[in-house]
Amino acid sequence: MDAVKELAYAMDTFYFLVSGVLVMWMAAGFAMLEAGMVRAKNTAEILIKNVSLFAIACIMYMLVGYSIMYGSSDSSIIPNFGFLFGPDNAKDAVLAGGDDAPYYSVMSDFFFQVVFVATAMSIVSGAVAERMKLWSFLAFAVVMTGFIYPIQGYWKWGGGFLDQLGFQDFAGSGVVHMCGAAAALAAVIVLGARKGKYNADGSVNAIPGANMPLATLGTFILWMGWFGFNGGSELKLSDIGEANAVAAIFVNTNMAAAGGVIAAMITARLLFGKTDLTMALNGALAGLVAITAEPLAPTPILATFVGAIGGVIVVFSILGLDKLKLDDPVGAISVHGIVGMWGLIAVTFSNADATIVAQLTGLVTIFAWTFLVSLVVWFALKAIMGVRVTEEEEYNGVDLSECGLEAYPEFTSTK
Amino acid sequence: MKLISAIIKPFKLDDVREALSEIGVQGITATEVKGFGRQKGHTELYRGAEYVVDFLPKVKVEIAVAADLTDRVVEAITKAAQTGKIGDGKIFVFDLEQSIRIRTGETGVDAL
Repeated sequence: MDAVKELAYAMDTFYFLVSGVLVMWMAAGFAMLEAGMVRAKNTAEILIKNVSLFAIACIMYMLVGYSIMYGSSDSSIIPNFGFLFGPDNAKDAVLAGGDDAPYYSVMSDFFFQVVFVATAMSIVSGAVAERMKLWSFLAFAVVMTGFIYPIQGYWKWGGGFLDQLGFQDFAGSGVVHMCGAAAALAAVIVLGARKGKYNADGSVNAIPGANMPLATLGTFILWMGWFGFNGGSELKLSDIGEANAVAAIFVNTNMAAAGGVIAAMITARLLFGKTDLTMALNGALAGLVAITAEPLAPTPILATFVGAIGGVIVVFSILGLDKLKLDDPVGAISVHGIVGMWGLIAVTFSNADATIVAQLTGLVTIFAWTFLVSLVVWFALKAIMGVRVTEEEEYNGVDLSECGLEAYPEFTSTK
Repeated sequence: MKLISAIIKPFKLDDVREALSEIGVQGITATEVKGFGRQKGHTELYRGAEYVVDFLPKVKVEIAVAADLTDRVVEAITKAAQTGKIGDGKIFVFDLEQSIRIRTGETGVDAL
């Protein structure tokens, strides 16, 4: 019997780690998607932003974030501000069995959680592409991944007041995706649109991305990583019920993405008369974000539907944000924010424990917290170090002004 | 000697090359260029916003030939590159003062 328990512990820990690796790989997806959707002159900078934000997220979450989010606290609102994490599980505690016995390693939990923080931060980088100062962005990443994200995470996943209220968010349509998008929205408001994006009469100029194959590859990588994101969030694999649940989550996650693609494609075709590739890609991600709040309870048909509605919403949201002159080069605020809200509401279709009041409370709380604190931080950064490159630097591309190199150098001389 | 410079539709390049080989042209230079004429540009669509592409991609073919071959070259290009639709391109003929083969130093028609 003990051997079975040990094996189950090993399996659940292994499942957690592999799921974490899949979510880590989403960083590559974001990097490729964003690199494809910006102009060639801003490629190297978006890539260094993606790799450095991942590193900052890991270090800040190790130092303070994890403890804030999952440490025990006397208050359901104010988390425990501590450092690092405790010892891993002892053999006796695992073998004791019962509901309270740990069934995966503490370190595997940290590893799984840390890659989620990086996902939330990745959402911001796409929205501010092509015009933000690199180091201002990185300074924000420190605050976001060390404090803003973990505090609202504590309110839900750490057992804080939103959790006690019955707010349901399985893998983070709200806690991860809408949170990242709310910070991105604050950034875009402080930063302003890219030069030449909007005309005085309100009409929109297209600024086509440089590399559609990369954008498509990035979307596929994110789609793949999402199986770890949602599937891993079941937290357990080692009995028949849990194994079935994980399989159902994989299927529903996949179906929602498929629904999102088709719905966004058709919506774009009807609106523009052409089948817009980038909208189809955003549709896939919208379907994935929409199902993330509840990927277990729906039937595959319902999951497809939830994803499809996300795919319709994302197209109108992207056009709507452009009407408001909120310039989001990759559609991150629409994909993760607006569709994240839809995902939180859609939980009530299939999860009997969810109430619309609790879902809306969670939605408004997370959004308001993240948006308002981010807004203050962005304004502070603007006053201290500035957030935007000069007009000339923007014209020449931030690759040259921030990184001093070009992603695709030509006419170089070795002499 | 004449230098014939033809702006053609990119997908007609192979046809033009073959037609010129058939009448004995020994070499041509092709360059990818962009420009506009009566065809003007066209509009493209990105995330719901239309934008105008003013300069369309074309191929410029340059051929240096002995003067007596000029009419046949022009005729071959015209025939091979024609679709009858707007945007087929133009042919310009220049007098060519001198030509030199770098390898041997030959000059004039011998160098072509």
